[in-house]
Amino acid sequence: MDGASPQDFKQSAARALADAKLQRALLNVKRGFIVKRANAKAKLPEFDELRDEARALKDHTLLHLDLYLEAYERKVIESGGQVHFAPSAADARDIVLKICKDAGASLVTKGKSMVSEEIGLNAHLEAAGIEAAETDLGEHIIQIRGEAPSHIIAPVIHLNKEEIAEDFVRAHRGLPQDRSLSAVPDLVAEARALLREKFVTAEVGITGANLLIAETGSSVIVTNEGNGDLTATLPKVHIVIASIEKLVPTLEDACTVLRLLARSGTGQEITTYTTFATGPARAGDPDGPRQYHVVLLDNGRSEMLGGDFRAMLRCIRCGACLNHCPVYGAIGGHAYGSLYPGPMGAVLTPALYGIDHARDLPNASSFCGRCEEVCPMAIPLPSMMRKWRERDFERGDPPLRERLALRLWAFAAKRPRLYHALSGTIAPLVARLAGDRGRFTSLPFAGAWTETRDLPAPQGKTFHELYRKTRGNEAP
Amino acid sequence: MVHRGVPLLLAKRAPGLNHQGEMTTEATEKRPHVGLFVTCLVDLFRPSVGFAAIKLLLDAGATVEVPESQTCCGQPAYNSGNREDATAIARTVIETFERFDYLVAPSGSCAAMLRVHYPSLLADDPQFAERARALGAKSYELTSFLVEVLGLDKVAARFEGNVTYHDSCSSLRELKLRDAPRRLLASVDGLSLTEMEETEVCCGFGGAFSVKYPEISSAIDEAKVCNIAKSGAACLLAGDLGCLLHIAGRLSRDGSKVECRHVAEVLAGLIEGPAIGQARKAG
Repeated sequence: MDGASPQDFKQSAARALADAKLQRALLNVKRGFIVKRANAKAKLPEFDELRDEARALKDHTLLHLDLYLEAYERKVIESGGQVHFAPSAADARDIVLKICKDAGASLVTKGKSMVSEEIGLNAHLEAAGIEAAETDLGEHIIQIRGEAPSHIIAPVIHLNKEEIAEDFVRAHRGLPQDRSLSAVPDLVAEARALLREKFVTAEVGITGANLLIAETGSSVIVTNEGNGDLTATLPKVHIVIASIEKLVPTLEDACTVLRLLARSGTGQEITTYTTFATGPARAGDPDGPRQYHVVLLDNGRSEMLGGDFRAMLRCIRCGACLNHCPVYGAIGGHAYGSLYPGPMGAVLTPALYGIDHARDLPNASSFCGRCEEVCPMAIPLPSMMRKWRERDFERGDPPLRERLALRLWAFAAKRPRLYHALSGTIAPLVARLAGDRGRFTSLPFAGAWTETRDLPAPQGKTFHELYRKTRGNEAP
Repeated sequence: MVHRGVPLLLAKRAPGLNHQGEMTTEATEKRPHVGLFVTCLVDLFRPSVGFAAIKLLLDAGATVEVPESQTCCGQPAYNSGNREDATAIARTVIETFERFDYLVAPSGSCAAMLRVHYPSLLADDPQFAERARALGAKSYELTSFLVEVLGLDKVAARFEGNVTYHDSCSSLRELKLRDAPRRLLASVDGLSLTEMEETEVCCGFGGAFSVKYPEISSAIDEAKVCNIAKSGAACLLAGDLGCLLHIAGRLSRDGSKVECRHVAEVLAGLIEGPAIGQARKAG
């Protein structure tokens, strides 16, 4: 982690806007994900119906989450696995560490898992002397860079391949310094060779889960590299770490969600690998883990269940809202200072860590609504960001200047006569100040606008003033 | 009171008006009675848009009244989390406009506030919930009202040149409105419309967002302005003055020659004055 916090949002955003390399990398979001999603959606005529279905099934599950969690736990136990409930991030870390220690692990492999990032698992394991090796290529890259992912499905979307090549030369020791890493396949081949070694020696494999299925006790992961499968099946212990809202009732439901997930995220019809894991290896199975553990993380979710932000728990982490967000597109993921950036992060981060810790995130949106439009679970992201703004405003957290300006404006806006007297005086004054130029390149009290763009001047008198005149001698 | 005071110049083409530009009684009775919601930005920055809207509505056969007790739809409060003031403003707007057959605004953003957000803002207010829903249902953005309610499919206007059209996010996504302004523009003599790339992307205005996060807002605007330039159009039209002020401010800062106008001005043929943010012509 680079230690950024949502509280540094404005400074981080300014840095991101000035970072030419980052700006070049961010163009890939546009070129890649947006077009691919649109194509994938166009090829599936029932996409919108599927979205309604998925939304309904998630709402249903969340309404009865306690029952489905119990059913799921029973099925996991029946299939020979164990379920651990972790109320907090610290609980989850401790549970995972204990399982690793009990297994005598000195090396664990990891499939991509946002929840493991959320709880800061790697640092916890490393502190206990256990090496945690990320095996997803993107996660591997940010691990050697000591960074957080900047996107929930594309952790290194902020990087260009030249930067990655430099990181590989620096971090992958014992290889010729002058080897060619100019093409993407070179990078992939080098990482693959290195990671094979880890896959076969790790004692524990940790994966996340895109879905948990109550009907069968299975966990589902989607990957494009196959690293998740190797992580789940080669070590003798497999730990699944997932947050409680990943649950769906049936296999059929899981398939409904899966049909939306890849199309919305990467624009694929389905990811290269979709892997279902149910319990440890059974007697007679040629391979598979001896132990199968599921760590179910709450970390604030059950509180969201009963409040204004429940719909956020429908999120399947496809990343579509990030990809289509103009703010994310301008500043990238790191500027948010949260593991969960973009619109979904603007709602989720304050829910997990408190609005006082992340007030800029739901405020920094133009409410363009594209996130809600592309969300495969139809989550009303702008409405929920507005809800956070309301909480923020109630707490009196916005800067005094902002609150004062808003109160003064509202005082007048609620009093039409006063309002028209003021606007009728101010507009012509400002127009006169602009003279014949028709615009301001700078204006006292409007610096926040004129710093980066001109301010068109008013035409002169207000509409209401002119309108009264057109009716001039008319009797009321 | 029914509007009778549009300058003759504006009203001369309207059917149902007598030779002095006044509404004939029998025509008034059959016509939909529209309350014009001017919007605070039009009131302050560009009254010509309001007069263009009146002319278009009259020409299309509506009667128009502009109640004086209107200020703003309340979005600055609503989107800043100040629900209390937003609600108070919404109540005033409802009281002022509910007596009309329709409320029409030359802005997708304000129309969406009324149509989509008032009902949810006042959903728990026993006195206003139903009235908010009722007003929301009869509130329209100008071009969609002209096309969808009044059945207008052409206007008698002339505008020389190649234009491109910017959809405001609220028009596009909250009102699902894309076709109406384009259909009317297609009937304007001399006008050709070239679509820019990424018409579905925000210009970065976002109301108070533009001054709370000016750098981000401007970075988004910059991408928009690039697409406008690539379209080759000499003029950018839009139905929302917020977007227009934002885009025009960026274009002029960049030294661009592209002019910005509200779509209502072009449709109404009220284009004598300078474009948004442009210098007054000498003389």
